[in-house]
Amino acid sequence: MTGAATFPHEGHVPVLRLGGVLLVTLQGDLYDSTAEQLQQDIGATVADSAINGVVIDLSGVEVVDSFMGRVLSDVAAMTRLLAAQTVVAGMRPAVAITLVELGLTLPGLRTALNTEEALRLLGAEVSALPRAGRAHRESP
Amino acid sequence: MTHSTGSVSACLPIHSDLDLVRVRQHVRQMTAQLGFRLVEQTKLVTAASELARNALIHGGGGQMECTPVSSSGGVQGLRLVFSDQGPGIADLDQALSDGYTSGEGLGMGLGGARRLVHEFSIDSRRGVGTTVTVTSWTSRPPRPREAP
Repeated sequence: MTGAATFPHEGHVPVLRLGGVLLVTLQGDLYDSTAEQLQQDIGATVADSAINGVVIDLSGVEVVDSFMGRVLSDVAAMTRLLAAQTVVAGMRPAVAITLVELGLTLPGLRTALNTEEALRLLGAEVSALPRAGRAHRESP
Repeated sequence: MTHSTGSVSACLPIHSDLDLVRVRQHVRQMTAQLGFRLVEQTKLVTAASELARNALIHGGGGQMECTPVSSSGGVQGLRLVFSDQGPGIADLDQALSDGYTSGEGLGMGLGGARRLVHEFSIDSRRGVGTTVTVTSWTSRPPRPREAP
């Protein structure tokens, strides 16, 4: 069930810029400090550039606890204040069931079933976007 | 539920961010081995994450004991015991209620963790520490939810 993708990583999560959208792909198990760093990185990038949307892809995440839930909801609130929208994409069903039972329905968080839908929600030109494999990795 | 208890399979320290990751991974691995369904795995791993973080943040660190158990009916389960030697919890009812938080977080940790597991007990003494014991089973006969 768990593979190499769950190997923990500390430091920065890669943030891709695709036109006016930031694409953040979370993989595996995050350190609390990495999640907090990510929040700051997103804030700085959104404030510094012409970003109008942030997509957080959770499809590779097996567990979202209340800490991670708070980070997601804080990112959404923060980007709203910085004139950008956040969409959380690809949450696994088991994660959604667990969050509801935990009591975290995260109102105010926009969601999409996958990254493509999320980009569409944000009005991005999906067909014009480069393929994920070719997109460059931005160093923080 | 009466059950036999195996020997403690692992005792993990909880003193850092990294330990929280290790706790989640260990519980994930154990639940997968014992044959928990994916949703039940995710619930127990999430509960473990909440309780380990409580021990770290409020208890100043502690440990988790992880023990496979089996019921008299032969159902497999996993028991997790989180203990710390922190200040203890002054008002347990308050700490278990949703929205109560004494620090960072959304205040869903303890009450939320209780909802994610089949059995939950907490023992907290001022100045001595807090021990939370949770158990979940790979399957369980349908029965009415306990009164809140």
